[in-house]
Amino acid sequence: MTIETLINLAYVIAAGLFIFGLKLLSHPSTARKGNSVSAIGMFVAVVVTLLDQQIISYHYIFIGILIGGLYGAWKARSVQMTQMPEMVSLFNGFGGAASLLLGWATVNGMDTSSTTYNQVFVFLTVLLTLLIGGITFSGSIVAWGKLSGKLSSKAFIFTGLRELSILHLVAMVAVGYLFVTQPSNEIWLYCIIALGLSFGLWATISIGGADMPVVIALLNSYSGIAASAAGLAVGNTILIVTGLLVGASGLILTNIMCKAMNRSLMNVLLSGFAKPIEQGEVITGEIKVLSPQDAFYVLEAAQAVLVVPGYGMAVAQAQHAVRELHTLLEENGCTVDYAIHAVAGRMPGHMNVLLAEADVPYDQLYEMDDVNPRMENYDVVIVIGANDVVNPAAKEMKGSPIYGMPVIEAHRAKTVFVLKRSANAGFAGVDNPLFFKDNTRMILGDAKETINGLIREFGD
Amino acid sequence: METIYLLFIVLLAAFLGFELIRKVPATLHTPLMSGSNAISGITLVGALVSSGSDNSTLTTILGTAAVTLASINVIGGYLVTDRMLSMFKKKDSN
Repeated sequence: MTIETLINLAYVIAAGLFIFGLKLLSHPSTARKGNSVSAIGMFVAVVVTLLDQQIISYHYIFIGILIGGLYGAWKARSVQMTQMPEMVSLFNGFGGAASLLLGWATVNGMDTSSTTYNQVFVFLTVLLTLLIGGITFSGSIVAWGKLSGKLSSKAFIFTGLRELSILHLVAMVAVGYLFVTQPSNEIWLYCIIALGLSFGLWATISIGGADMPVVIALLNSYSGIAASAAGLAVGNTILIVTGLLVGASGLILTNIMCKAMNRSLMNVLLSGFAKPIEQGEVITGEIKVLSPQDAFYVLEAAQAVLVVPGYGMAVAQAQHAVRELHTLLEENGCTVDYAIHAVAGRMPGHMNVLLAEADVPYDQLYEMDDVNPRMENYDVVIVIGANDVVNPAAKEMKGSPIYGMPVIEAHRAKTVFVLKRSANAGFAGVDNPLFFKDNTRMILGDAKETINGLIREFGD
Repeated sequence: METIYLLFIVLLAAFLGFELIRKVPATLHTPLMSGSNAISGITLVGALVSSGSDNSTLTTILGTAAVTLASINVIGGYLVTDRMLSMFKKKDSN
């Protein structure tokens, strides 16, 4: 058996481990094992590649792995769970950049004097790697900047943005053709890299902070597709397969996010070009404010409570206080459930991780479709730092910008408590008729303070 | 022929990916994404060959940079995913 056969056999085993690892991720009780299985797959693939005879200069490799590994390990330990969107975004960018560099290294190391059929295929795939890798890198860095507050989270829009994007696309096709047909001219290589980076920048900077969950999921997918394209370029099957697994994962998440916002992907990506929608109707009514003391009496008598958390809960760092209140309610003979909307938080599943960190068991977390049919059974729904995901305007008001978006129908419960700093509009800037409903009571103030106030009432 | 064979792999892997990921519950979507970060660090394998082969200086530099970035993804991605998944507990287990 030759060494090449041996390596390829090990790649098959590694791919099998990746697939099995992802399969174990289908349930929270087996997910941690799945991650380890996947890591073993990666270990096998890396070790076997290092055994390859082609590899001569080990020292550069070890320097790279050492620096990258140390930084990665430090980042993984120090990151706060609220910062996960930034970290995933940054890592998407690193993935894209790694593929970009690999594509570049591939054409650089090639003999470009003869043009055979295979070489056209290699250059086509390198072209894809450079473009997707570049877009992923610059787009992710912008997304990271917006999420971490280093850049303004507002959509940056200027006249001529649409023309600029079209120009980019046309240039990509034209320069791409020249790159493949004239492989020996290096200028096209640099043009392609510049185009990809520039397009990623403009495409992401024009998207607002509220749509970032979609953007992260999409860039996650791109980072996988870039790896897969790089795999086609260097003829490495393990890159192709695993890159596509990641690509598929990102696309599915993107689709889930878009559905949860009742928008098409095109609408999200091109939202910078759309005019703001006029608010059709004016909401009238009175807001009824409740003190934490009175809220306590209602909670004390409640049999079933549903908590609807939003990103505001994470900002106020209120999840641990919520968990404390949860325990007190359960000791009082009340059931506590959580309803998590797909776009609550800054990335898919973000709220679940924040609650898991606060020791909320995962079997008490429900999706929107699980709780909506039994909403009437809840005595109290506590909305913490969420707004748009419980906005009944999505069902009732045709003129609302979020009309048609699937929401958690908190207003159908017996009583709704809304914990909010002030009675202003939410992240999307849309008025919320829920605040004016007869069964809604607003508890104004910092969410963490309010919950702690309720906890104190239970203590007395 | 090899090109066709590679495209075959692309097709099958894409379908497999969709079928596998569709079954991941919403509660695990964040760990899924950070885990994807780690898996997409598989570029490391390609980069190892580039940086380790006896090529020009530029190829070595590019390859080494790719190795570094991909290592961040692999090691950081797996560790942070493990950290997150260790927090997920069932009701009776605590």
